[in-house]
Amino acid sequence: MSPSSWAGPESVLADAVGRPVDGRPEPLVLARELVKRFGDFVAVDGISFEISPGECFGFLGPNGAGKTSTMRMISCMSPASGGTLRVLGMDPGADGPAIRARLGLVPQEDSLDLELTVLDNLVVYARYFDIPRAEGRRRAKELLEFAQLTERAGDRVEPLSGGMKRRLTIARALVSDPDLLILDEPTTGLDPQARHLLWDRLYRLKQRGVTLVITTHYMDEAEQLCDRLVVMDRGRIAAAGTPRELIERYSTREVVELRFAAGEEERAAAELGPLAQRVEVLPDRLLFYADDGDALLGEAHRRGFAPVSGLVRRSTLEDVFLRLTGRSLVD
Amino acid sequence: MLTRPAGTRRRPRPLWVRSLGYWAFQYKRTWRSSLTSSFLYPVLYLAAMGVGLGTLVDHHVHSVGGVSYLSFVGPGVLAATAMQVGTNESTYPVMGAIKWIRTYLAMLATPLRVIDVLVGHLAWMVLRLVLTSAIFLAVLAAFGVARSPEAVLALPAAVLGGTAFAAPITAFSATQEKDANFSVIYRFVLIPLFLFSGTFFPVTRLPGWLQPVAEVTPLYHAVALCRTLVLGQAPGWPALGHAAYLVALTVVGVAAATRAFRRRLVV
Repeated sequence: MSPSSWAGPESVLADAVGRPVDGRPEPLVLARELVKRFGDFVAVDGISFEISPGECFGFLGPNGAGKTSTMRMISCMSPASGGTLRVLGMDPGADGPAIRARLGLVPQEDSLDLELTVLDNLVVYARYFDIPRAEGRRRAKELLEFAQLTERAGDRVEPLSGGMKRRLTIARALVSDPDLLILDEPTTGLDPQARHLLWDRLYRLKQRGVTLVITTHYMDEAEQLCDRLVVMDRGRIAAAGTPRELIERYSTREVVELRFAAGEEERAAAELGPLAQRVEVLPDRLLFYADDGDALLGEAHRRGFAPVSGLVRRSTLEDVFLRLTGRSLVD
Repeated sequence: MLTRPAGTRRRPRPLWVRSLGYWAFQYKRTWRSSLTSSFLYPVLYLAAMGVGLGTLVDHHVHSVGGVSYLSFVGPGVLAATAMQVGTNESTYPVMGAIKWIRTYLAMLATPLRVIDVLVGHLAWMVLRLVLTSAIFLAVLAAFGVARSPEAVLALPAAVLGGTAFAAPITAFSATQEKDANFSVIYRFVLIPLFLFSGTFFPVTRLPGWLQPVAEVTPLYHAVALCRTLVLGQAPGWPALGHAAYLVALTVVGVAAATRAFRRRLVV
């Protein structure tokens, strides 16, 4: 299946007024051949996808793949240059305020008011959604509890740690009780504790039925959180599916990583290569992609190879990602 | 969505009012010092210029344009203060909301549109001008100036003068990448205007070639308008002309700001 047709021809779901025509609920987000251009530069080059209610949908890709541009179009902050986009059954060009009233956005760069207190950041944000003052305060306190920031409620935002600011930004995006939460690289730059706490919070939101759209370049994050995801590369969708499907389609069940003494590598790659579905030669090690890693490792020993170190592991999304988007640095 | 009992449904607040709400909310951080200086500034100026310097001037020339120097300089400094406040509110706060604190970007992720973000901020600048100018006028009255009924009209006049600066400078600020040019505005626009637009002495005292230059500056018109009204002189055609000039500058400024905000914030 080619990536652009992944959503399937049957899934032009809704008629003109947004009613589902085949009994399935209309997708929360529906994009067809979506394009974003900045002058001559094409940031998003005709992508199609659908996001269903209640799922966690991921956009993976290296820097510059077009993830943030896509997020900004979905959140109706940036007009599409071409293609079709419908969010919550509405047209972002015409119904921006109505759509954004039901979205929560966690932008890549925090836009918290550093001079205001933690609590006031939420209270002030609730007012943009016309939530009455008392109700705004009630929700703000509840969300600070959720974000584990209650103790800092009266403190200014400026001295908070990166993880706290990120949690506050997520709490802020939730203050309007959105149907769709859009998170652009929510955990970039955080330490492992902060990341795990955030994942835990996002997982709880998912369980409550909040639809999540998330961009990341952390594969473990995508594997943990996403029901379905697309891998973007240079403005296009390179692959789409569930994490499991992608691994099955683009990698093998297992990967054997072998390190050899200098000189032995080439011979090992040549002789053991045919036993694997794919071999990758890296400067410091060889990667054999095979369905049965232990068998391959046993065969290597039988043939007299003595790797300095050998490791059999399961394939991960990272293998898929690197295969699809290459190992060279993208800037 | 919020559920409310039927019958108590209120109308949604206009989007621009929500943006104005932010600026009013954040003012609670600084309102004490801000209002204190709004009060002290006219007191000090009127004491030093009006009373102190005024006794010298009045002693020498008996009066400027038929009134005491205090009555002459008071409305001038009122208009100049509005210019100052209008500029302060439309330079660093606008750049901060775009680049530093990114308030505008936070707002644009909510139902607010670019026009709401702009109109709300401009409305806040107008409110600040109302506050400052009202305090200034009260101080003027306490000094025995601005006792005529027309003096009340000096409030909208001063606010209009300040807005005629705030709107175009908001447009300018929205095009800037760095704050370096703001000090240029202060040094080469505000200070010369402050000194030579009829605030402290009639522009007829300027060298002949400089008079027409002074007369096309916005502060000249704001000062003349405020002075007419504070002194209780019947506002005739010249006053209408001054007001029209300031309204035109405001309209052009708002149009330019709308364009600049769209370019900057919609990408």
